[in-house]
Amino acid sequence: MREAANVSGSLRARLALTLIGGAAGLAVLLFLVVRSYAAQIAQQGQDRILEASVTSILDAAVLRDGLVEVDFPYAAFSILSTDQDDRVFYAIHQDGTLLSGYDTLPQAEQTIGADVVHVSGDMRGSDVRIASASRTLVGADARTLVTVAVAQTQEALQVTLNRISLNVAYFGAGFFVLSVLVASWATSTTIRPLERLTNSITRRGPKDLTPVAQPVPLEMGPLVSSLNNFMARLSASLSQSEDFIAEAAHRVRTPLATVRSHAETTLQRVEREENRQALRSMVRAIDESSRAAGQLLDHAMITFRADHLERESLDLVALVQDLVIRLTPIAEMKDIALTVESDPEVMVAADSILLQNALRNLVDNALKYSPVESEIIIEVKSAPQPHVQVMDEGPGFPPDQIDRLATRFLRGDNATGTIGSGLGLTIAQDVAEAHGGDLQLDNRSEGGACVTFTV
Amino acid sequence: MRYIYCLILCFCPMLVGAQTWEDRSVFGASNPARTLRVLSSTDTSFFAPIIESFLQRQPGLAVEYFVISTAQIDEIFRAEPSEYDVVISSAMDLQLKLVNDGYGLPIANLSVPDWAQWRDSLYAFTSEPATVVVNRSAFPNGDVPRTRQELIQALRARPELFDGRVGTYDVRLSGLGYLFATQDARASESFWRLMEVIGGLNAKLYCCSGEMIEDLETGKLLVAYNVLGSYVDARETVSDQLEVILPSDFPTTMMRTAFVHVDTMLRGDAEAFVRHLVNVQSALPSPETFPLPRLTSNTDASGQSAITLEPALMTYLDPLKRRTFIKEWSDAVIQ
Repeated sequence: MREAANVSGSLRARLALTLIGGAAGLAVLLFLVVRSYAAQIAQQGQDRILEASVTSILDAAVLRDGLVEVDFPYAAFSILSTDQDDRVFYAIHQDGTLLSGYDTLPQAEQTIGADVVHVSGDMRGSDVRIASASRTLVGADARTLVTVAVAQTQEALQVTLNRISLNVAYFGAGFFVLSVLVASWATSTTIRPLERLTNSITRRGPKDLTPVAQPVPLEMGPLVSSLNNFMARLSASLSQSEDFIAEAAHRVRTPLATVRSHAETTLQRVEREENRQALRSMVRAIDESSRAAGQLLDHAMITFRADHLERESLDLVALVQDLVIRLTPIAEMKDIALTVESDPEVMVAADSILLQNALRNLVDNALKYSPVESEIIIEVKSAPQPHVQVMDEGPGFPPDQIDRLATRFLRGDNATGTIGSGLGLTIAQDVAEAHGGDLQLDNRSEGGACVTFTV
Repeated sequence: MRYIYCLILCFCPMLVGAQTWEDRSVFGASNPARTLRVLSSTDTSFFAPIIESFLQRQPGLAVEYFVISTAQIDEIFRAEPSEYDVVISSAMDLQLKLVNDGYGLPIANLSVPDWAQWRDSLYAFTSEPATVVVNRSAFPNGDVPRTRQELIQALRARPELFDGRVGTYDVRLSGLGYLFATQDARASESFWRLMEVIGGLNAKLYCCSGEMIEDLETGKLLVAYNVLGSYVDARETVSDQLEVILPSDFPTTMMRTAFVHVDTMLRGDAEAFVRHLVNVQSALPSPETFPLPRLTSNTDASGQSAITLEPALMTYLDPLKRRTFIKEWSDAVIQ
């Protein structure tokens, strides 16, 4: 029986999405941070050059005969040459009055004696970076303040920045791709113990309720211990009920034997036919209950032993022959011949008590359903797999129920009137499965049932 | 030549206004759909074949070609920039400053070496070295000076011969002369010594190469310093007595540059004109199709390098710097 779980969301998807989303966020962050850092560095580079230009012009300023002369070097502007042929603007002011250069150049707030001041501005529709500085010239009878501002457009800077941005974008994308790979690896690594646990539980036999012993990660500890706890309780509860059934069957069987012997004794002494009839029904009912109780006991025993299989090497042929000898008296009462057709020896590693029990149930069934004066053939062969095949000449299995007959307490429709609990085939099947084999039910073409028990 | 209509400015005085041009010519169809106005410092004779070959592929277009000195180009253009579509000048510094000030229109996909353009707007199309032109008669026995130093010595040796017969640009009037002088001064101290020697010989000062060459031809001058050698070479009849010398100590090579005015109404035609200039010189032209020296590599075998197109060209255009330089120059030359 398999119930679909109520699934909502996926740990793997959630983990992967979180990791990939995080990586994407980090990649974008990396891009922005590096780009702004690069912009800062590039801007500093331009500022240093502008500063050098301003300083060289300012250094050339002299006061001669009350006139300011600024014989600045050619290099003051030639250092401003760039690959993108950036435009250059400058202005030289004396006490706030333009001496030479561009009068429209934005003027920075100037503090006297301070270092070179850098500002960004707009000049004739272009973004420019402006550096400016002042110096006080002292003449014979006058002091005058000369201010020099040099501005440069930012095209080369922009080209550099675009190139850096592109490279950083490539880095970011590469970083992201790597992160996705790492994320998928991390996800599957994280999910793997969970899958292993699922597999180990799925692969378990139907009756395996032992605790999960393999190591699991810390985070799965509570889940697994809950699971173990749950299975222990389930196991305890199951074995308790099995114990209860076995105990009940045992308690019932002994008094039933007493009642049966009393009923038989009474039957000897009663003369009236109707009373004898009633007593015979009574004996039959007692037999039926007794057998059911016996099988319940057997079943409980098999359930227990199947969990703790005691395999030993044994000869299936000897086992069957032993069984046939024990059952021959019962067969002879109905004039049924038990014929064994076997290989000389079929060795298997199995639990002999379980095997005996299962085979006895099968032969018992065959005896029960066989008509008087018929033959039951028991075939024991080692090929293709070690198996015992029991064939009778009875009514066979109802074809529409053949698949379900090994279910506990289910009896064939045509079994009414025959003593039985419905546990015989179940026991045989449980034993077969406990040994890794199976039980196959067929109808013989010439009539009769054919049960194949494979170990 | 049937498409050429050379109009002397007196033909239509109302268009010209108060401006006096060195020359003003109209090329192309007699009643054109569009007229491209080109402001230039280059003599019309050099540009006529270039403009003609340009117009052959531009039907319905006329080119009005204004010639004026480099210094005045800057003045005129800044005063009324909308009047002109293309500006051509040999004063690289003034041209660069105009483009730096935002007057240049970037032209896409015009393949020139990086050193021959600035901001994809200013395109160089000639390489013209500043030369010393001498009259051989002043240097018997082929003893022609090859460097500035030799020239200084030669001039000092015979002051009586050279007095009043040495010419150079008046840097106060000529933009190109100023460019040559500032670049020379940047390159070597010997420039100043030469200027002092020339000044001591009562040098004649000129606005333009053309006039200097004329005076050389007539024998008024024996030596001219910083003349455009290309102008001498281009003359149909050059006196055998003249020799053009490339000073071997350090060369000063100017590149003639052109740019399209950013607000031109004839954007396509103006761009095509500059493309034509660049392309015609790169296609191994004959002197008939391109009378100017074509653009040569930045550094040739003799290590000759052209003045670089860079913002530093604006250095000597600074009024304070210019004032100082002109003062020094005047102190040396005008004694």
